[in-house]
Amino acid sequence: MNLAAKAREDLLTALAAVLPADALLTDPESLRPYECDGLSALRGMPLCVALPDTADAVAAVLATCHRFGVAVVPRGAGTGLSGGARPTAGAVLLSMARLRDMGEIDLANRTIRVGPGVRNLAISEKTRPHGFYYAPDPSSQIACSIGGNLAENSGGVHCLKYGLTTHNVLAAEMLDAHGQRLEIGSLAPDSPGYNLLSLLIGSEGLLGVVTSCQLRLLPVPEQTVLLMAAFAEVARAADAVSAIIAAGIIPAGLEMMDRLAIAAAEDFVHVGYPRAAAAILLCELDGDAQEIAGDQERVETILREHGVTDLRLARDEATRLALWKGRKAAFPAVGRLAPDYYCMDGTIPRARLAEVLERIAELSREYGLQVANVFHAGDGNLHPLILYDANQEGQQERAERLGAEILALCVQVGGTITGEHGVGVEKLDSMCVQFTSEELAQLHRIKAAFDPEGRLNPGKAVPSLHRCAELGAMHVHGGALPFPELERF
Amino acid sequence: MDCSAALREQLREACAKGQKLEIRGSGSKTFYGRPVRADGIVDVHEHIGILAYEPSELFLTARAGTPLREIDAALAERGQMLPFEPPRFGAQASIGGTVACGFSGPRRPYAGAVKDHILGVRILNGLGEDLHFGGTVLKNVAGYDVARLMAGSLGSLALILEVTVKVLPRPTLERTLVQECSADQALQKLRRWMMRSTPISASAHYQDTLYLRLSGQEHRVRNFAEQSGGEILDDDRGARFWEDLREQGLDFFCGDAPLWRLSLPAAAPQQPADFGASLWEWGGQQRWLRAVPDPLALRHWAQSQGGHATLFRATPGAAVEIFQELPPPLFALHQRLKAAFDPKGILNPGRLYAGL
Repeated sequence: MNLAAKAREDLLTALAAVLPADALLTDPESLRPYECDGLSALRGMPLCVALPDTADAVAAVLATCHRFGVAVVPRGAGTGLSGGARPTAGAVLLSMARLRDMGEIDLANRTIRVGPGVRNLAISEKTRPHGFYYAPDPSSQIACSIGGNLAENSGGVHCLKYGLTTHNVLAAEMLDAHGQRLEIGSLAPDSPGYNLLSLLIGSEGLLGVVTSCQLRLLPVPEQTVLLMAAFAEVARAADAVSAIIAAGIIPAGLEMMDRLAIAAAEDFVHVGYPRAAAAILLCELDGDAQEIAGDQERVETILREHGVTDLRLARDEATRLALWKGRKAAFPAVGRLAPDYYCMDGTIPRARLAEVLERIAELSREYGLQVANVFHAGDGNLHPLILYDANQEGQQERAERLGAEILALCVQVGGTITGEHGVGVEKLDSMCVQFTSEELAQLHRIKAAFDPEGRLNPGKAVPSLHRCAELGAMHVHGGALPFPELERF
Repeated sequence: MDCSAALREQLREACAKGQKLEIRGSGSKTFYGRPVRADGIVDVHEHIGILAYEPSELFLTARAGTPLREIDAALAERGQMLPFEPPRFGAQASIGGTVACGFSGPRRPYAGAVKDHILGVRILNGLGEDLHFGGTVLKNVAGYDVARLMAGSLGSLALILEVTVKVLPRPTLERTLVQECSADQALQKLRRWMMRSTPISASAHYQDTLYLRLSGQEHRVRNFAEQSGGEILDDDRGARFWEDLREQGLDFFCGDAPLWRLSLPAAAPQQPADFGASLWEWGGQQRWLRAVPDPLALRHWAQSQGGHATLFRATPGAAVEIFQELPPPLFALHQRLKAAFDPKGILNPGRLYAGL
């Protein structure tokens, strides 16, 4: 047995000693399901998969890995879209899926304590009978876990009014890379010291491993109505969105789909979306009956002023959910149009939407790849879905290049390269477009403060300065620098 | 006026010389936190100006020294507001100081804290490096959330140059409802109202009176007031009460006795009467106490309830720590984080904790 094989055997023996019998996967067959997350284009095989079912067992796994100097890649439900949970060669994949404990609902504090493996939707299902729900609702909510939501600071279709994950978590119990336990946040409105909870949420598993969290619960609104409005021009729809918000109305949800997305969704769910429209808006209002009536009248007036061509109102639950279904299923629906699709996740100032969509259409023609767009119009989060066929020589690479150009465009108009899917492995290069080397170095120093040996999810979320320097050089030599006015390093 | 170049130079020079600096805005909140032992002052109060305000995009960007009153006026003109309703504690109080102190006002439990509304920052770290984090959009997960980390960091990590905040529409109508009841009864009532959606946008209990501010559409406000009973104050008096509460202008806050602040979970009971005279707001989650005979007992009680106690306004030379002590592993992390931003320890040393 060579030295490396011996070290691996010793590590596996040590991990087996701190885990239940069925909680350590080592043979290639059982590792296979873990080789990628929701971004299936990026794959890798882990050294092994650990499936602890208690916080103590997680701490023991981390302490063991620390002792052996082995890296750890935390994983939730594996629904992430940026490769954040893609295994790293030689690293232990730490699945949090078995930490599924849900505490009793704490009505007096309007909160519930849940383990990181609990599915997002399960929380609202449990609390709804008491009149409460958990607000962030990413479209993967049937499957995605709350630990992953914290890692990515997940959003959903209701963030404009009810906030992101970061606005809806009160406290978290976290383990550092050594397996040491830290309580971050509390049920009080604030905690002494630095606001570490905000730093932890959205840190993509690089700063700590969350073993339990306290979530804020909201009372279920008395009533909810959904308006669907069709427009003959994207610009009209975008202007209508700005006008609604400028009028002082904060809808519970405000979503937009373009022509290709509408057609794909309609083919998939058959809910009667108008195929002829250039864009449709879904506008959800919630509150008590009178409150909704007032807002609804004002929203309808604004939509008419902006030339709405078809306006429908879903008052009953069945129609409302049907209209939402098309939107929530937009990704798989678009996925049926081509063998593969690549989902982008930029955020832009709403006012620049029409211009950005026009530029995306130009890029789409240039690259010869179709792009469908779904847009969280309320918060400016744009998901262009690039259609391609990985079996066609060069198409995947073209799709990735087109995607990077779209993200650079988002930064250029004052937005960001990721609104909710995270950087993971996928957008490391685009991080070089958004941040200077000094900013990236600051992010690396924050990481080192939490994890001095750099063993939690190494190589994700923040690119090395070396990588950015090489990328900059490559772009310049290739003559393909998309925005020469942007600073490069 | 853009002072960023001069501020950057001052920090770089101080970093090179290892000279410690106290960050100073308008000086309205110098009372807050531990005393800083510095070799000099870095003055941000002339670094002012609203750089961008897009009402339909719901954000505003301002230089750190910009007075809150200027921001409030710009927002009011377009029917909007800072949702966290920050206290000023001085006519020139700035947005930068507000973020650094992490102060939020009466609307906090109902609309969120200052940290919840920060979208982006431009900062100078302790090396004098000019850094941007976050942006102007509501959703942004590129890089760690350094912008929100600035809330309440008391200038010990970085000097804030610019802040972008999320803004919201101002409610069309606000009324103040008062009901006579004990502090304990008032807590029970608020707990019941928390179980459903109500028009409550602020709450306080003071001198055997429960004050509720109701915001939103008229019928909602009226229905709630009719169902719950009590007296509606005339608008001026109502607005003045919330301003006096926010600015600590009520009689309760007068005089030189130290002022303690408790931050507690919603379910925490009324604290023992012998802890000192008190008033509460934020549905009982923020409580103020004067003439506290036994600060350590108060602190112990707050901690046992899952909260913490801060000596908000101390008398000079106070023998108690201002902020509640952190568990050692958490404090060690604070020290490493401080070093990650300010390796020479030149920014506001000791303002938050000794050793930070």
